[in-house]
Amino acid sequence: MANTPAQLDKVVIRFAGDSGDGMQLTGDRFTSETAALGNDLSTLPNFPAEIRAPSGTLPGVSSFQLHFADHDVLTPGDAPDVLVAMNPAALKANLADVPRGATIIVNTDEFSRRNLAKVGYTTNPIEDGSLDSWQVRPVALTSITVEALAEFESLTRKEKERAKNMFALGLLSWMFTRPTAGTEAFLKSKFSDKPDILAANLAALYAGLHYGETTEEFAHRYEVAPAAAPAGTYRNITGNTALAYGFVAASHRSGLPLVLGSYPITPASDILHVLAGLKRYGVMTLQAEDEIGGIGMALGAAFGGALGLTTTSGPGIALKSETIGLAAALELPLVIVDVQRGGPSTGLPTKTEQSDLLQAMFGRNGESPVPIVAPQSPADCFDIAMEAVRIATTYRTPVFVLSDGYLANGSEPWRVPSARDLPDLKVEFTTEPNATDDGGEPVFYPYQRDPETLARPWVAPGTPGLEHRIGGIEKANLTGDISYDPDNHDLMVRLRAAKVAGITVPGIEVDDPTGDAEVLVLGWGSTYGPIAAAVREARSLGLSVARAHLRHLNPFPANLGEVLRSYSRVLVPEMNTGQLALLLRAEYLVDVQSVNQVRGLPFTISELVEAITTAVDAGSASPAAATVGAVR
Amino acid sequence: MTSHVTDLGMPRSGVADVPTLGEGQLPLTKKDFTSDQEVRWCPGCGDYAVLAAVQGFLPELGLRRENIVFVSGIGCSSRFPYYLDTYGMHSIHGRAPAIATGLATSRPDLSVWVVTGDGDALSIGGNHLIHALRRNVNITILLFNNKIYGLTKGQYSPTSETGTITKSTPMGSVDTPFNPLSLALGAEATFVARTMDSDRAHLTEVLRAAASHRGAAFVEIYQNCPIFNDGAFQLIKDRDSQAARLVKLVHGEPVSAGTENDRQVLVREPNGSVTFVPEAEAAGRPVVIHDATDPNPTAAFALSRLDDGTMAHVPMGIFRSISRPTNDDLVREQIATAVESAGRPSDDTALDALLRGNDTWTVE
Ligand code: SF4
Repeated sequence: MANTPAQLDKVVIRFAGDSGDGMQLTGDRFTSETAALGNDLSTLPNFPAEIRAPSGTLPGVSSFQLHFADHDVLTPGDAPDVLVAMNPAALKANLADVPRGATIIVNTDEFSRRNLAKVGYTTNPIEDGSLDSWQVRPVALTSITVEALAEFESLTRKEKERAKNMFALGLLSWMFTRPTAGTEAFLKSKFSDKPDILAANLAALYAGLHYGETTEEFAHRYEVAPAAAPAGTYRNITGNTALAYGFVAASHRSGLPLVLGSYPITPASDILHVLAGLKRYGVMTLQAEDEIGGIGMALGAAFGGALGLTTTSGPGIALKSETIGLAAALELPLVIVDVQRGGPSTGLPTKTEQSDLLQAMFGRNGESPVPIVAPQSPADCFDIAMEAVRIATTYRTPVFVLSDGYLANGSEPWRVPSARDLPDLKVEFTTEPNATDDGGEPVFYPYQRDPETLARPWVAPGTPGLEHRIGGIEKANLTGDISYDPDNHDLMVRLRAAKVAGITVPGIEVDDPTGDAEVLVLGWGSTYGPIAAAVREARSLGLSVARAHLRHLNPFPANLGEVLRSYSRVLVPEMNTGQLALLLRAEYLVDVQSVNQVRGLPFTISELVEAITTAVDAGSASPAAATVGAVR
Repeated sequence: MTSHVTDLGMPRSGVADVPTLGEGQLPLTKKDFTSDQEVRWCPGCGDYAVLAAVQGFLPELGLRRENIVFVSGIGCSSRFPYYLDTYGMHSIHGRAPAIATGLATSRPDLSVWVVTGDGDALSIGGNHLIHALRRNVNITILLFNNKIYGLTKGQYSPTSETGTITKSTPMGSVDTPFNPLSLALGAEATFVARTMDSDRAHLTEVLRAAASHRGAAFVEIYQNCPIFNDGAFQLIKDRDSQAARLVKLVHGEPVSAGTENDRQVLVREPNGSVTFVPEAEAAGRPVVIHDATDPNPTAAFALSRLDDGTMAHVPMGIFRSISRPTNDDLVREQIATAVESAGRPSDDTALDALLRGNDTWTVE
């Protein structure tokens, strides 16, 4: 061993390269090694919408950022401490995010005149002094990898070059003292039927490790100690996988078979992929002809007594709207997952945004209230899936889950619950008449409501004696027969609204350690991590600031109005132009202040700290002058 | 009409997995399938006859009433489920095949029917229809074709003939109509049939075959709309004119039209097309023998094209009835296989294993 590793409390690494360079895989593996070590972590992949943009170009750059620490990590980190740039395009696309003084590892082999020209470099930045304020570590990654694989005669040069990401992984694993056993096992199972490729990848990985150990350039090694975390078994999990598992768990705990009707769409398709592989758990996945077909199949299954689920992103919701309205009228349980992405229209398919909140809230014809929940972190996607199913089945209603691209692909450690300890979601189907008619005879009324939840009975076809018809035409209260009666319609609209408004949701908790804060930062969904990190930093700067986070957006927690009114200023950061703020102002007449950005990326901690500082300062100067900078 | 059209050697019935009435239980009657809802179609509407035929036919299946579901879309015909005392859903425009797919796939113990119209199935819901047919989901689709939009008060539909004058086409429609049967055959349908509202016996015959077909059964029902498109099928309804025009398809028999004294038979021309010729002239020529089970859909397609819109020759009956694994059977089979190879149904231990995955670490 060259030397004793230096201790760091946190590190942010960004792997960047061409789409074909395997950066997502490299990042995944490094993450897994880091998780195995017991660091807390958070990840953010960032990839182009094009499957294979022309190689070496800026649009083709794909990256993966990982933040790991010896304490709890809330975001993937604003700025990388280490950038691995596999080509000039990766350097150019990412340099602006890398603070001066940070380390940049560049693959010099790719810095040919041609590749430099492709991205508009007239001189080679590695040589022209323009990177002097960074610690540049030039490594001929490609050629060293090819050389290390010289003995593999059966492989072409191209195939050997492809292993350079494993070389990079080996090198970084050495630098940050990561164990590689997990990666070795992963490669063995991935290439079990291609022994040559397996051997080459392992050789490249080891070559990277040895290179770090033997090269002066990398004399420094670092260590990040494990983070303190509650006892338990942990794994790393992405938001999309956690959602899929949450629905399987809900199916298990409710006793209802899970039926997913879905149409492929970025960034939601992975939920379909994961669930399609879980047939062993009785999961049925139907890839439909279109978005409408997907939700139609889910609704048909729900009518049959199954747990109906459909998964999509914003454009898909636009297409499903009419069926969501039908589900609201039929009052059948159904879960609709919207993994939000940049909009409008096709927008930014691979980038994140929170701009479907109002679509979920109001995007249907008529008075059509639908409950909405939103996960706050990748691991929370598991719990939110179960919560959505609880609401759907208890209240017999469609329910929206608003995730987003950042949560979908981002990952963090998750303390794995035990199946036995998960919430009980058992469902009671109605099998007997539930009323008596005028003549005193027992009858079944499909729209007779539970006095507490206002839910109507759920009867699966096949139940003798309860045959009935339901539909999208307005129904007479109780009997469910077609009714065009004005008073009945007024009543039914109000009943459906009251049912959704009356859903029991947990109260919102406020994190206000000093109790004297005047500024409350309120977020929803995936802004949880950036807001919590920013608030932590603001407090370390001596600012007094409170924080609260919404996981339920319709209905809001019962105590929300009271919480909002107890602070003189409320900041609402959102990756949209102020959708939650609009709802809060309408509902509570509180003059909340929006903090917005729609760059397709999560908030940086620094921009939120700046907004918080401005709001706190505004209080000490003059409460009225809070409209500065990012705050509007 | 001969009755052997119903037994075409299908391996499993479409209702094989649906519970039947137990021993000693009284057979159901038409009345058992009649709901308490007042039927609200216009007087004289062809839908009444179809409803009566379906209500009259359902008891014959011997199924438990609670295991029968009718799903419809939007349109006059889509009110159908309200009038049948089974489970039912009156859904939204065009989407019934998708909803029925989810229901039938997750519930093999149900007999699932779709009731739709020419606008519902062929315009707004065209995509769901063709995909339900190609997947061969075990459902029975009854398409009421009146060649007009009734519920929205008389606009031309995707089956209206070119030139049809309606409120939305005051100078005549310029659209080329769909041929529903050609469309269904092109969409890989395994069962394709046509019948008519006013011919109760033939309608019942076709319903019987459709219900017993395992897979998506597509039945086009010519239906008169006396309000907006009266007489659209008069040429094949009038006793006088129908004889020469109706081509009643019988499996295994020559395709023919007309009466005994004036019979025409269908022959194949050297170029592959088919034409009717007087029976006397058919000697020595290749007469088309109807084979609904032919795996090759070419002949069925040729039959579907016999009517060019003039109703000179209109085939009625079962054009195609072939056996192909159904989508829902295959989907359920994959799940069963996965459960079986796991050794036991999912339980707490299995779920724990999933949640943990292969890459965990422990914090003490
Ligand atoms: S408009 Fe035509 S199809 Fe509709 S109910 Fe009246 S007669 Fe029947």
